[in-house]
Amino acid sequence: MILAAIDWGFIFDQTITQAIGLNAAVYAIAAIGLNVHFGYAGLLNFGQVGFVAMGAYGMGLSITLWNLHPLLAVVGGMVFAAFFALFLGVPTLRLRADYLAIVTIAAAEIVRLLARSTAMRDITRGAEGLNEFIGPFREYNPFNPSLVYGIGVIDFRGTEFFAIVIGWVVAFLAVLVVWLLMRSPWGRVVKAIREDEDAALALGKNAYYYKMQALILGGVIGGFAGMVDAIGKATVQPDFFVAPLTFFFWLVLILGGVGKVWSPIAGAVIYWGLITFVQNLGRQLVDEGVVPTSVMDPSQVDQIRFWIVGAALALLMVFRPQGIFGSKEEMALDAR
Amino acid sequence: MPDEAPILVDGTGLGTIANEPGVAKPDPIVVVDKMRRAFGGIVAVNVDHLEIQRGVITGLIGPNGAGKTTFFNLLTGFDSPNTGHAEFNGASIDGTSPHTLARRGMVRTFQLTKSLTRLSVMENMKLGSQKQGGEVFWRALVPPLWLTQDREIEKRADVLLERFKLSHMRDEYAGTLSGGQRKLLEMARALMSSPEVIMLDEPMAGVNPALTQDLLEHVKGLPDEGVTVVFVEHDMDVVRDISDWVVVMAEGSIIAEGSHSTITANRDVIDAYLGTHHDAPIDFDEEAARITEDEAAAAREIARDEEIVQKIEEAGDDDD
Repeated sequence: MILAAIDWGFIFDQTITQAIGLNAAVYAIAAIGLNVHFGYAGLLNFGQVGFVAMGAYGMGLSITLWNLHPLLAVVGGMVFAAFFALFLGVPTLRLRADYLAIVTIAAAEIVRLLARSTAMRDITRGAEGLNEFIGPFREYNPFNPSLVYGIGVIDFRGTEFFAIVIGWVVAFLAVLVVWLLMRSPWGRVVKAIREDEDAALALGKNAYYYKMQALILGGVIGGFAGMVDAIGKATVQPDFFVAPLTFFFWLVLILGGVGKVWSPIAGAVIYWGLITFVQNLGRQLVDEGVVPTSVMDPSQVDQIRFWIVGAALALLMVFRPQGIFGSKEEMALDAR
Repeated sequence: MPDEAPILVDGTGLGTIANEPGVAKPDPIVVVDKMRRAFGGIVAVNVDHLEIQRGVITGLIGPNGAGKTTFFNLLTGFDSPNTGHAEFNGASIDGTSPHTLARRGMVRTFQLTKSLTRLSVMENMKLGSQKQGGEVFWRALVPPLWLTQDREIEKRADVLLERFKLSHMRDEYAGTLSGGQRKLLEMARALMSSPEVIMLDEPMAGVNPALTQDLLEHVKGLPDEGVTVVFVEHDMDVVRDISDWVVVMAEGSIIAEGSHSTITANRDVIDAYLGTHHDAPIDFDEEAARITEDEAAAAREIARDEEIVQKIEEAGDDDD
């Protein structure tokens, strides 16, 4: 049997490591923010990566520029993301929903280009990015950096493990906050605005004010994604925050099911698991000669994995358009 | 002239009021003055003066395109007039946002029902309630701060749902309701805010006759609870059945006001609905006279034709 040559153990190791790894946590947090925006408040945000960048830069600059305590630096990241939300929301939230979509996609690119511009070099270090902020965080790492932590075959080095733990704690806290809010009267108003803004207005709810709150909340949660990523990678690189990243967050959200509390976490775990699985399997198939190089060479595996994951998602949308956690009933109502 | 206020002949205070557009009412809750709204060259609303009496049901009628819904939008803050002034409870409402007006007690429903489809019927109802502590972000995070109030609101909502025959649907998505049930829900939801004035935009449109009767009973009962009702409606039976006072709009202006009986006899109203140059109804004598006249005219015509033919023939003879 030709498939016997494939090291399934290794593939599953990699898959699970990535599914619960730093990237999955970062994507989950960013998608939780997006879920607040789109899933609950109906705000079309196509620039979530801008909030992520603001969080990362806010935290990084708090240390490199102002030498703040790490906890205050986190507050700095939140303030940056909240400011970004205000900046976007004030002119657009009084207008129709599409205007926010247009503005966010542009604003996110502006943030990235500004951060890597030579004009801002003294502050943001241009394309090099921020690299000197991690020290103060490492002082609080309870795990030994030289040791390896893990269960069974899944293991992480101490520094990485620290960031992953922070990431998932933040993700679960964000889910908790969203869950608490969305079952409250506040969440009811936000959902009412998603359904019909005029109806909410006619019932005495200040739609603009609630949309702004939702935009800030989702944006700050997005900012946390950037902070977790920065701590995990010990760097803030402007070119990490490219526009397509936003759409991977969207993908994670839609995969899990829009408007459900747990969907971003499930979506992120499944997305990273799936993409790692396909990538590793593809590589081994090429390496072992199961797939001849005339069909696919090793360097093409990384592109092919997106094809395959894309096809899988297209199938999901056909057979389960509401996502994994979404309710078919709600989906049907939406179509009316 | 409050001391000259008429005796409440019919319990509405409107019994002795003159039936003319813009007439002053003894106790107006809404006063509109010189309100004008134009969309480009089209003047949608041009109301010189209108007072809406407190505690009664006022019907707003008029042909399609008369500006009724635009007028509603102007009153409820969903649109702003180009010029003009409006008062609610004696205070100006110019430039007031719709949500502020709703909080001050002026609540509206929409011609195209706006049920919040992916919220349950109960959640829809709860949204109507004002001054909820749990609607504040920080309080929302701590359930003990709002749960008690929420339960009280739920009790109030259950009573209203019972009255509007929606109790069996309370936990279903509002999107699963029928068109008529949505109208009921929207009205019940508006009542959750304990409004002073409720403005209903075509509340009976698309509702089956059996349900219409239910809705009408609810609307009729509102003044007894101190709620002033203003409604737009096309169905004249409905207007006759429930309105204490009827205001007629045409081409943006108020052309008539009065009780239902005086309105249906009003020449301007008939003109507005049927067109200014429609033929007046004719009786048999008139018709007979007309027929005789027509026949005589036809006879004259034939005679003239024959005369011409004869002349031509004679002329032809001459030529030969």
